[in-house]
Amino acid sequence: MNKQDILMEIQHLQQYFPAGGYGKNKRVVKAVDDVSFAIRRGETLGLVGESGCGKTTVGRTMLRLYEPTDGRIIYDGKIIFDSGNHPLQNPDGTTQRDGNGNVILGTKSAVDMLPYRRRMQIVFQDPYASLDPRMTIGDIVGEPIDIHKLANSKEERRDRILSLLERVGLNSEHANRYPHEFSGGQRQRVGIARALAVDPEFIVCDEPVSALDVSIQAQVVNMFEDLQKELGLTYLFIAHDLSIVKHISDRIGVMYLGKLVELADSYELITKSAHPYTRSLISAIPIADPKTARASKRIPLQGDVPSPLNPPSGCRFRTRCPYATEQCAGECPEFKEISPGHWAACHNLEQVN
Amino acid sequence: MKEKLLEIKDEYLSFFTPAGEVKALNGVSFSMEEGEVLGIVGESGSGKSVTAYSLMGLTAYPGKLVSGTIRFNGHQVETMTEKEFRKMRGNEVSIIFQDPMTSLNPVYTIGNQIREVILLHTDKTKKEAQERAKELLELVGINEPEKRLKQYPHELSGGMRQRVMIAIALACEPKLLIADEPTTALDVTIQAQILELMQELREKLGMSIIMITHDLGVVASMCEKIAVMYAGHIIEYGTADEIFYSPKHEYTKGLIRSIPKLDTEEDERLVPIEGQPVDLLNPPKGCPFAPRCASCMKICLDQMPPKTELSDTHYSHCWLLQKDQFEEGGRGL
Repeated sequence: MNKQDILMEIQHLQQYFPAGGYGKNKRVVKAVDDVSFAIRRGETLGLVGESGCGKTTVGRTMLRLYEPTDGRIIYDGKIIFDSGNHPLQNPDGTTQRDGNGNVILGTKSAVDMLPYRRRMQIVFQDPYASLDPRMTIGDIVGEPIDIHKLANSKEERRDRILSLLERVGLNSEHANRYPHEFSGGQRQRVGIARALAVDPEFIVCDEPVSALDVSIQAQVVNMFEDLQKELGLTYLFIAHDLSIVKHISDRIGVMYLGKLVELADSYELITKSAHPYTRSLISAIPIADPKTARASKRIPLQGDVPSPLNPPSGCRFRTRCPYATEQCAGECPEFKEISPGHWAACHNLEQVN
Repeated sequence: MKEKLLEIKDEYLSFFTPAGEVKALNGVSFSMEEGEVLGIVGESGSGKSVTAYSLMGLTAYPGKLVSGTIRFNGHQVETMTEKEFRKMRGNEVSIIFQDPMTSLNPVYTIGNQIREVILLHTDKTKKEAQERAKELLELVGINEPEKRLKQYPHELSGGMRQRVMIAIALACEPKLLIADEPTTALDVTIQAQILELMQELREKLGMSIIMITHDLGVVASMCEKIAVMYAGHIIEYGTADEIFYSPKHEYTKGLIRSIPKLDTEEDERLVPIEGQPVDLLNPPKGCPFAPRCASCMKICLDQMPPKTELSDTHYSHCWLLQKDQFEEGGRGL
C-alpha cells in the first residue's frame, strides 16, 4: 500500500480502561490491544465483531475521543498521537533505524485536536440518545458551524444548515422542530447532517443503521454511499451485521476480544475467509432464503465470549476454537499477510484451510 | 387434518392514549395447527407483539380488545378473567421476551425462578420441582445445572440468560411457545446457538411456536408459515417458500429486496422502501402501505384492499392482485 494514499493509520493502538482496584489489585479492561491498520483515502473500511470486541472503542480512540493508552495515530501523514513506545516506520513499512542499526522510537506527543475535528467526524449508533432533546434540529446541525466559526453571518449560518438538511433528505421546515418529533431513520439523518456540517474528509460510522428498521436501513445505507461519491468521503464503518458491512465496504476487518483477527477485501473475506472465527461468524448469519438456509451448515461456536477483564493467554479465540492447540495457549499469533492484501492472525492456518 | 390450536378472527385492538386512539390491530385473522411454527414479521409498531400478547391477556393499559374472537386450545380468550389467564399462562402458553437482561428478576436465583413456575402449575413438591429445574437446564444446554440454579441472573451472560428464559417457558410443556424477538439482543454467534436450540426442542417436544421478529433471515430457516404485518394488518400470509420465492404484496417484495446479499461480488445498489413508517395515530385512509408504495393506484388511497387468495395457504391484501384476478376473469371484484 502506498503511504501517499493513506488517510488514517493506527499502529499498535491500545486502549485499556481502569476497572477498579488499587495498587497490586488494579484491574483493567483490555478493550483494544495492539491493533494496527490503515484506511486509504476514499475507501470504506468495515469493522465487524461481536459486542464487547472493541470495534466501537477503536473508532472512538482513533478520533481521540478516548486518549489511547499506547500506540500511534497518524492522520494524513501527520502524527496526532504517539506514546513513544513503538519504532517509527519508513514509508515502505520497514522499521526506521539510525546509522548504528538501532531502532528509532517515536517521540511522545499529542497534538491539539481542534483543527483535526473539522476533518474527522463521527455518526453515533443510537439516534435516540445522540441528539440533545432540548435543542432544535437547526441548532444541533448548527453547533459544529458555531464551534468552528464556519459562518460569518446569521444568514450564512441558516443557509448552511438548510442546505445540509436538504442534502440528507430533510427539508427546511424540519429545522425548527425537536428530535422527539422524528422517527429513527430521520433522526439518523440529522446525526449525519451534523457530522457533515464541518465538511469532513473522514467519518467514523458507529453502527449507524443497527437501531433502524430493515426498510429504513437500506435508505440510510444508500445515502452513505451517495454522500461518499459526491463528497469524496472516507469511512470507517462499524457494525455487527456482516451483510450490511459487506455491502458498503471495500475492505473488512474482523475483531475478536480487542484484537484484529483478519483483514481483507470484502468479497475475499466472505468467500475465502482464513480465520476460524471469521468462518463461524459468516456461517452464523441467518440467510433470508429458506432453501439455502435449510441446506446450509452452521459452524457453531461453543460457549460465550470470555471477559475482556481476564482474556485467555495466547490467542484470545482459543477457548472457542475447534482447531486450538497447545501453541495457541502459549503465544499470541502474529497478524501476518497470508496473500496480497489479506491478513490474518492464526497459528494453524494450514490446518484450518 | 390436524386440530386447530389457535384461531384468531377479525381482531381489532386499540390503545386509547391521551393523544387519541391508536389502532394497533385492524382485523387480524389467522389460525395455527398443532406443532406448527409461524413467523410474524414486521417493522416496529406493526402490531406483531401486540397480536401475540393479546392471546395471553397481556395487553398493556390503555390497550383494549375492541372486537374479534380468539380461540386457543379450547379457551375463548376474549371472555377470560384474570384468574383464568393466570392458570393458562406458563402452563398452556408461555413466552420468551426479547431482552433477557430485563425479563429475569435480578433479586431471585435462577433456581427460584424456574421452581416458581413448576410449583404454581403442578402438584410437584419442592424437591421434585428442584429435580425438574435441573432437568430443564440440561435440556436447554446449560452445563453444571446445580451450580447455575444457585446463581443470580447477573452472573450469567446474555446467551445463558436467554437459555434460562427458555427453560422457564418450557417448564410445564406448553402447547404454544411465543418467542418475541428472542435473539434480537444477542450476538450473531449466540443467536445461531439459540435458534439451533429452539429447533431441537421443537423436534423433541413437538410444541407450536410463534416466532416474532423483524429479521427475515431468522424466519427463513425456522418457520413453516409466515405472516407479514404492516400497520396492524396481516398484509400477506403464506408458507416460507411462497413468501420468499413468490411474494405478492409490494411491501413483502420491498422487504426482501432491501436485504443486502452476501454472496455477490459486485454490490448492487440496495432498493429501499421509500418514505417513513406509518403514524398509527393518523393512519392513511385506504391501504396503509399506499403512501410508500411505488405502484399505488387511486383506489389504494381510498379503500383497504380485500383478501386475495392465491393458493390454499397463501393470501395477500393488495388491489393490484384484485386487478390481476379481475382481468383473468376470476373471482375478483
